[in-house]
Amino acid sequence: MKRRYAIGFLTIATLAIFWFLATGPLALISPGRFPSPPDVWASLKQVSTKGYANGLLYQHVLHSLKLVALGFVVAIGTGVPLGLLMGWSRRAEAIINPVFSIIRPIPPLAWIPLAILWLGLGDAAKVMVIWFAAFVPSVINSFTGVRRIEPYVIEAARMLGTPRWRFVREVLIPAAAPLIFTGMRLSLQASWTTLVAAELVGALYGLGRILNVAQQDIYPGMIFVGMACVAILGWATTRLLAEVETRSLPWIQMARA
Amino acid sequence: MATAQTTALTRFQTLFLGTIGILLFLGIWSGLSLSGLVPKQFLPTPFEILSKFVQLLSTPFAGGTLQEHLLSSVLRFAYGFFLGAAIGIPLGLMIGWYRLLDEIVSPIFDALRFIAPIAWVPFAALWFGTGIGGPILIIFAGAFPPCLINAYRGARFVNRSLIEAAQMLGTSNTRIITEVLLPASTASIVAGLRVSAGLGWQSLIGAELIVASTGVGFMMVQAQLNISTSIVMSAMLAIGLVGLCIDIILRWVEAAVRRRGLA
Repeated sequence: MKRRYAIGFLTIATLAIFWFLATGPLALISPGRFPSPPDVWASLKQVSTKGYANGLLYQHVLHSLKLVALGFVVAIGTGVPLGLLMGWSRRAEAIINPVFSIIRPIPPLAWIPLAILWLGLGDAAKVMVIWFAAFVPSVINSFTGVRRIEPYVIEAARMLGTPRWRFVREVLIPAAAPLIFTGMRLSLQASWTTLVAAELVGALYGLGRILNVAQQDIYPGMIFVGMACVAILGWATTRLLAEVETRSLPWIQMARA
Repeated sequence: MATAQTTALTRFQTLFLGTIGILLFLGIWSGLSLSGLVPKQFLPTPFEILSKFVQLLSTPFAGGTLQEHLLSSVLRFAYGFFLGAAIGIPLGLMIGWYRLLDEIVSPIFDALRFIAPIAWVPFAALWFGTGIGGPILIIFAGAFPPCLINAYRGARFVNRSLIEAAQMLGTSNTRIITEVLLPASTASIVAGLRVSAGLGWQSLIGAELIVASTGVGFMMVQAQLNISTSIVMSAMLAIGLVGLCIDIILRWVEAAVRRRGLA
């Protein structure tokens, strides 16, 4: 493991040095194509102190974060119960599945123009698109989670006469939980992708807005800052979700150890 | 407990309930539109969308008919997807085999992985323009990671005894990669291709919404600017259908691979 970290560190360091040299002293890459480290630093300073594209960096970040959180929560709040219901009841599955299969092949990003038509360029349209994007993985995975429960678990609970709500709370959801979390992770990624796309198409604030304005201004340093922020936030929220997963499913940890 | 999770429905019941579901869906949709609860301009009836769809096949919109736009989208997709597969699969196999390469590539890959494919749009436009090069980079950004990851996993989880047998017989590294690792990880690679195709197609639509002057995504944006909901929805239908076709083709490949016993 030590060797792995050392080589990883060396690789990143070499790349950083190459980046510095190629954009600076050696002038291999034109600054109009890719920014140099000082360019990036200047852009970062500009957007965090003076502001860019209607706001300061933290305002854009908070705005994007808020929309992702909102869309994600709405999608999970509707998708997971629907998936559990479809997993639990074959009848519900038979009714909902055909409609779901019609809507599913439409990629989430293709909803953006419709969302703009319906709700305009504001926050509501973004939340709608994120909802659609994050909804599908959470439905599919909760559904699969329920279907993969061993029949004897269900039979044992039933034989013991477990009341319905207790059954849902103490058997169904915990047993499906690992896959529900898998679905949530996919939903979260879909949320970020969709948000960035929706903000690139049209927005007043947000990281996508920074990227959009920077593209029009042909400002590579700012594009870099925008992309880095998207990556860092995507990484941080995924880590947060993984943390929630390990905290809330302690028995999985025990099984792995 | 009203329904037991384990009791399966008969074929007829499934079909019947499915029909009810679809009729309910279409009924509520048409009802909302016809009753005027939602202005028709914003929610045309399913029938209007179908007729618009047929009409778009013969009358051009935004510089081309629907199939012309679709063709340019599919061509872009094909370039980006094949590029992603052609680089992702060999690289994945190689980092699955050479440990040093894995240790060098993985940190870079992990750092780039969290950038949403669509966030490459500004650089793609800056480096390759908005014609064909820029969108291809974005499809590539969507399609490349699953190809790489699945080829890597496939190569990593190959039965050790196969590799040891090959090594014992003095097989060279290159031949181990092409003749042991590649066949053994075909199933994983094909599964990766399916994920890639889905992400690539979706990224392409996103890219065309933002920067392009042809393609079905561009057509949608034009329709949105003209406040023509029926064209937007027809385009969504077309995008869904093409995406479905791509998936069906790859599923067919997957089944063929399994039948041949390559998996």
